[in-house]
Amino acid sequence: MGDIASEHTPLEAREQQKAAAVSLRSRVRANLFGSWWSTAVTLALGYIVLRGVFAAFEWGIVNAIWSVPYGPTGIANTAICQNAKGVGACWAVLADKYRLILFGRYPYAEQWRPAIVVLLFIGLYIVSGLRRFWRKELVLIWIGTLTAVGALMWGGFAGLPLVSEDYWGGLPITLILATFGLAFAFPLSVLVALGRRSADLPAVKVLCVVYVELIRGVPLISVLFMASVMFPLFMPAGLNIDKLLRAQAAIILFAAAYLAEVVRGGLQALPKGQAEAADALGLSYWQKTAFIILPQALRLVIPPLVNTFIGFFKDTSLVLIIGLFDLMTMGKVALSDPPWESFSTEVYLGLAAIYVAFCFAMSQYSRSLERDLNRSRGR
Amino acid sequence: MSPATADPRLIAVRRAPKRRMRLSWSDPVCRAIVWQVVIVGIVAAIAWYLIDNTAKNLAQRHIATGFAFLDRVAGIPIGESLIPYNPAVSTYGRALLIGVLNTLQVAAIGIVLATILGTLIGIGRLSKNWLLSKLTAFYVEVLRDIPLLLQLLFWYTILQGLPAPRQALHIGKAFFLTNRGMRVPLLDWQPAHSWALLAFAIGAAGTLVWRKHATRQQEATGRRPASWPVAAGLLIGVPVAVWAVLGAPFALVLPVLKGFNFQGGGTVSPEYFALLVGLVTYTASYIAEIVRSGIQAIPKGQWEAAEALGLRPGEVLRQIVLPQALRVIIPPMTSQYLNLTKNSSLAIAIGFQDVVSIANTTLNQTGQAIEGIAYIMAVYLTISLSISLFMNWYNARIALVER
Repeated sequence: MGDIASEHTPLEAREQQKAAAVSLRSRVRANLFGSWWSTAVTLALGYIVLRGVFAAFEWGIVNAIWSVPYGPTGIANTAICQNAKGVGACWAVLADKYRLILFGRYPYAEQWRPAIVVLLFIGLYIVSGLRRFWRKELVLIWIGTLTAVGALMWGGFAGLPLVSEDYWGGLPITLILATFGLAFAFPLSVLVALGRRSADLPAVKVLCVVYVELIRGVPLISVLFMASVMFPLFMPAGLNIDKLLRAQAAIILFAAAYLAEVVRGGLQALPKGQAEAADALGLSYWQKTAFIILPQALRLVIPPLVNTFIGFFKDTSLVLIIGLFDLMTMGKVALSDPPWESFSTEVYLGLAAIYVAFCFAMSQYSRSLERDLNRSRGR
Repeated sequence: MSPATADPRLIAVRRAPKRRMRLSWSDPVCRAIVWQVVIVGIVAAIAWYLIDNTAKNLAQRHIATGFAFLDRVAGIPIGESLIPYNPAVSTYGRALLIGVLNTLQVAAIGIVLATILGTLIGIGRLSKNWLLSKLTAFYVEVLRDIPLLLQLLFWYTILQGLPAPRQALHIGKAFFLTNRGMRVPLLDWQPAHSWALLAFAIGAAGTLVWRKHATRQQEATGRRPASWPVAAGLLIGVPVAVWAVLGAPFALVLPVLKGFNFQGGGTVSPEYFALLVGLVTYTASYIAEIVRSGIQAIPKGQWEAAEALGLRPGEVLRQIVLPQALRVIIPPMTSQYLNLTKNSSLAIAIGFQDVVSIANTTLNQTGQAIEGIAYIMAVYLTISLSISLFMNWYNARIALVER
């Protein structure tokens, strides 16, 4: 070992010297002006990028309007925004509407509750991302947080006024649909994936295959339509289930089919010897699955699970089409206010920023996790 | 030791005795049957419960089930249609068929464009040029992180913010971009064009035959006859000759501003345009990543070995790298094609009349909720299964043949 190390040191030192010798100038030349073709690309793209950045800076900051005067009746006077249209952004629309977009029609004085709910969700994501918490206790943390979310949103105890789900809206709805969707779809998906892999139970296998392929073959919107239009027909007369709950059920059923395929990938990646060794030890099916197979298989599929979750986070915006008040719908509601009607670009950019913030953080996390897991597996 | 048992090969293979199933929980076969009966029973009971409720509810609301409504006059105004449609006389069946055709059309064009754009961006990400690779990486990251629905609404708003026809943005006197969509010149279609198209199809078939012949020749003699002159002659020469013999008709119908809107030429509606742009740019960001990882999956040694064999760069790409990269690319690409097709259902949010939109209008007008949604699901399942079957066939064709 010592030999190898001593051999390596001078080599590394030489490499470092070489790296230091490569000056910034030559690096720029290699990466931007390597050939005439590369130079042409750099110049053309550089011109477009500079123009774009300057135009965006001018529109978004220099000429932007951040607030507008309000008339005596409290109606915004957007004349200056109208005049600046096309020249400068009207961020005043976000200043005026951000509470509506973020929290919907939740009672104004009580909006600290959905704000805490949003923070709870973010905390939950961070805790779930830390590998120190990848233990059985994580399930308890999820149950606790989701219970707290429900309690805070509904209220009706300890002096908190009751707020029915008809008044929920905005970012909490988006987070609730995505997170509860994952929380309930995940156990279901594990069962479906196990069912699809079971050789001893052909009837169960057929059921699972049909379920997964059926759901994956149709768009989410058709499942949401089913929840909003057909679901009332399925229920006994007189039983009315809230629209939010119906959409949530649809998202759970939809997500479970996709997650089941992810989990199945993990089950397939596990060497057969693990299951055989467990059988040889005399473990029952459930012992084998719970203590040997799943802990290893699920660990393998955490990065694709995060990616699937990002997909569902974005897909919750589809509830706009069946008229639920998620973040996206609230953006459209904000735009239906006559004085602000024509400033949709600004509102859409605001919404996009929120989605990008969540999705970008998660995708970066999933990528770094993938690198770590690959490294630890010695690939 | 008797001679019969000396050679182990001669010992009769002793089968495990066929056990009789015992009626006991410790017998795996018996257990499996009980589990299956219980699970299937539960699913069947839930299904029966839901169907029973539905039947009662339908009876209570006096809704007749069945597809009889397909023959009734629809009265749905449809803006874009590939086949003739008249809301006053055409039936729901025809309206729904138009929806399917619109979905298929937007999906087919979207798949082609997204593949081209995605491949270009994927190759751009691998560029040695720092600016190009960073810009394409930025494109991929941003487009993937914004919900498609938001992007569609955004594009639609931008298209609606375009000037009115009188102040249209235009390229020459041929292309006009207005808030009522894009106007493009159309070729005045003559029979000569149809004949030329037919000649082209025959030429394409001829080229394939010639290439097969060239491959056989190469295997027999080691020399490959040049195929490009034959291909050029069959694909370009013959159609042009047919067109010229029939009088070489060529006339463009240009859009002309008359009153408040354009007349003549072809129209691309803002809804269609926004849907196509949104779907293509969004899906391209995923395809770019697939193409990039596919190309990166090919070890550098493959390029070097091929070059050492004396293959030309084009041959290296065609014969060595692409066949291997495609094997990595095809399966995820299939699921992106399926996603694009399913995502085209978001058309309903911006008012393009695809199958979901028309079926939704139908079920609102007729109250036939179950039939409407069953129709949507059947259409998408058929499309999904067909695309998967085709791609599986193609994948099997190019798969590595192992010993």
